[in-house]
Amino acid sequence: MKVLVPVKRVIDYNVKVRVKSDQSGVDLANVKMSMNPFDEISVEEAVRLKEAGTATEVIAVSVGPQQAQETIRTALAMGADRGILIKTDDSVEPLGVAKLLAKVVEAETPDLVIVGKQAIDDDSNQTGQMLAAMLDWPQGTFASEVKADGGKIHVTREVDGGLQTIALEGPAVVTTDLRLNEPRYASLPNIMKAKKKPIDMKEPSEYGVDVSPRLNVVKVTEPPEREAGEKVEDVAELVTKLKSAGAI
Amino acid sequence: MAILIIAEHDNASLNDVTAKTVTAAKAFGGDIDILVAGEGAGDVAAAAAKIEGVRKVLHADGAEFKQQMAEVMEALIVPLMSGYDALFAPATTMGKNVTPRIAAKLDVMQLSDVIGIEGQDTFVRPIYAGNAIMTVTSSDPKKVVTVRGTAFEAAGDGGSAAVETVDAPAGPFKSEFVSEDIVESDRPELAGAKTVVSGGRALGSEEEFERLIVPLADKLGAAVGASRAAVDAGYAPNDYQVGQTGKIVAPELYIAVGISGAIQHLAGMKDSKIIVAINKDEEAPIFQVADYGLVADLFNAVPELTDAL
Ligand SMILES: Cc1cc2nc3c(=O)[nH]c(=O)nc-3n(C[C@H](O)[C@H](O)[C@H](O)COP(=O)(O)OP(=O)(O)OC[C@H]3O[C@@H](n4cnc5c(N)ncnc54)[C@H](O)[C@@H]3O)c2cc1C
Ligand SMILES: Nc1ncnc2c1ncn2[C@@H]1O[C@H](COP(=O)(O)O)[C@@H](O)[C@H]1O
Repeated sequence: MKVLVPVKRVIDYNVKVRVKSDQSGVDLANVKMSMNPFDEISVEEAVRLKEAGTATEVIAVSVGPQQAQETIRTALAMGADRGILIKTDDSVEPLGVAKLLAKVVEAETPDLVIVGKQAIDDDSNQTGQMLAAMLDWPQGTFASEVKADGGKIHVTREVDGGLQTIALEGPAVVTTDLRLNEPRYASLPNIMKAKKKPIDMKEPSEYGVDVSPRLNVVKVTEPPEREAGEKVEDVAELVTKLKSAGAI
Repeated sequence: MAILIIAEHDNASLNDVTAKTVTAAKAFGGDIDILVAGEGAGDVAAAAAKIEGVRKVLHADGAEFKQQMAEVMEALIVPLMSGYDALFAPATTMGKNVTPRIAAKLDVMQLSDVIGIEGQDTFVRPIYAGNAIMTVTSSDPKKVVTVRGTAFEAAGDGGSAAVETVDAPAGPFKSEFVSEDIVESDRPELAGAKTVVSGGRALGSEEEFERLIVPLADKLGAAVGASRAAVDAGYAPNDYQVGQTGKIVAPELYIAVGISGAIQHLAGMKDSKIIVAINKDEEAPIFQVADYGLVADLFNAVPELTDAL
């Protein structure tokens, strides 16, 4: 089977963002950028499917600026076969990304699209589900286990009360949760090899879909600051304090 | 203006986050209807009808609704939306799974995990793990919104809305339910609990998590939570994870035991009223948000605390 993996370039999860003083957004100048952590999990899952002989080809696709090419290279170094960069300097909302991905799916006809459950910058958690709806495909979101060895795709999902397993008649969209796997680090030889793997360069306008934003950002502000409280000496003092605060 | 809300329930009882979503819908403004899709969910529909401010309850009942699978819910809700200006759902795993499909079908951009509503076009939501708060206006003709439960008070009881039956959509559907592993517990539900005790990597094993965290939670009548590290290591089940990519909680009292306080964890609990941290490293970032910090070895401090209560 052919597997498509969307990968987003986002601020590294270790960086604490700073809100710009003019409230227009967050400051991304000179901060470390990485592949969205959930997308690393997606790439890992796709590469494992390939190593198991289930997947024949893994394609990484990103919508973003020229630098998103690095994100695709990371996916290629992890084991994806080729990449597609839909290059734009505008910020494309999840609805627009899903529309572009639906067009890529039309052209590439993958059997499975593995999407991250959530981008850690916009925290939207919607692109994969939107893509599935646009394609009229079934979806297995928040996956902690995927079994795709012929026939139906079995997905175990992390849901509020525990775990749920569903069976999907492919082609399907799966979105990845944290427990699905532990992504590998690319080895140096594989990083070198990835430099030779092809990346197709595209522009949103080539796909004939309207990706103009529907949301207008009024302002971006700091969250209310929480003051550090006090240190207590021992358990007895903690209990006394909690009692007088009415917490217990 | 009319708003449709998707009820959160387990077929037997209505989850309180539904009433919180009603409050968010009231801030949006308009007639509020609640959709209860389930199997044998008559009691849930009756409970939804009692929420104050609800115009009517739409009740779709049948085996296909038992798990509220995304595809079935999409087929049910999309046709209903011709009568509504907005769809609201709680930002639970049900809501997150279902609503983006409907937004896509309506060709609108979803507003996820909303914490504030300022009129019918303006929404406030956290981004970057809650390290920035974004206010946006939406130009879409219909709004699809998921609501962060901790940001809204539950609407009260006292309503007496009519319950109408709605028909099931025609299948077949390309996804089917196979099995689930849902633990029934007498404990308060994590997302809505008044007190939460959470354990981190420092617990070291599932046995120690059980031995130390659970009795403390029992004493306090608290829900149990965990950091991602504790869940990844198998000390606690996945649905205990508190944080940016787990559950968002805002209890009266949150006790973090052996948790360092990574931004992803803080994102899920920093709106708690009182935060207690027990950690042996006085530099741990969790102390920067804690009202009461105890620098101590948890293996001594936690049993002592449990005994003292
Ligand atoms: C995409 C992504 C999403 C994430 N989402 C989440 C999320 O939703 N929720 C979440 O929690 N994390 C999340 N994380 C992980 C997060 O970054 C941290 O790795 C995690 O929260 C750390 O868990 P911890 O505090 O238990 O472990 P550690 O950071 O290892 O902290 C353990 C703490 O225990 C203390 N300690 C050790 N021994 C003792 C003792 N005997 N007594 C007292 N204290 C002791 C140590 O001083 C230390 O502070 C996410 C990460 C990524 C990349
Ligand atoms: N610009 C993008 N390029 C590629 N993939 C994306 C992009 N935006 C979102 N995605 C995919 O959609 C997932 C969920 O993103 P979101 O819905 O924004 O939280 C991500 O983990 C990616 O897999």
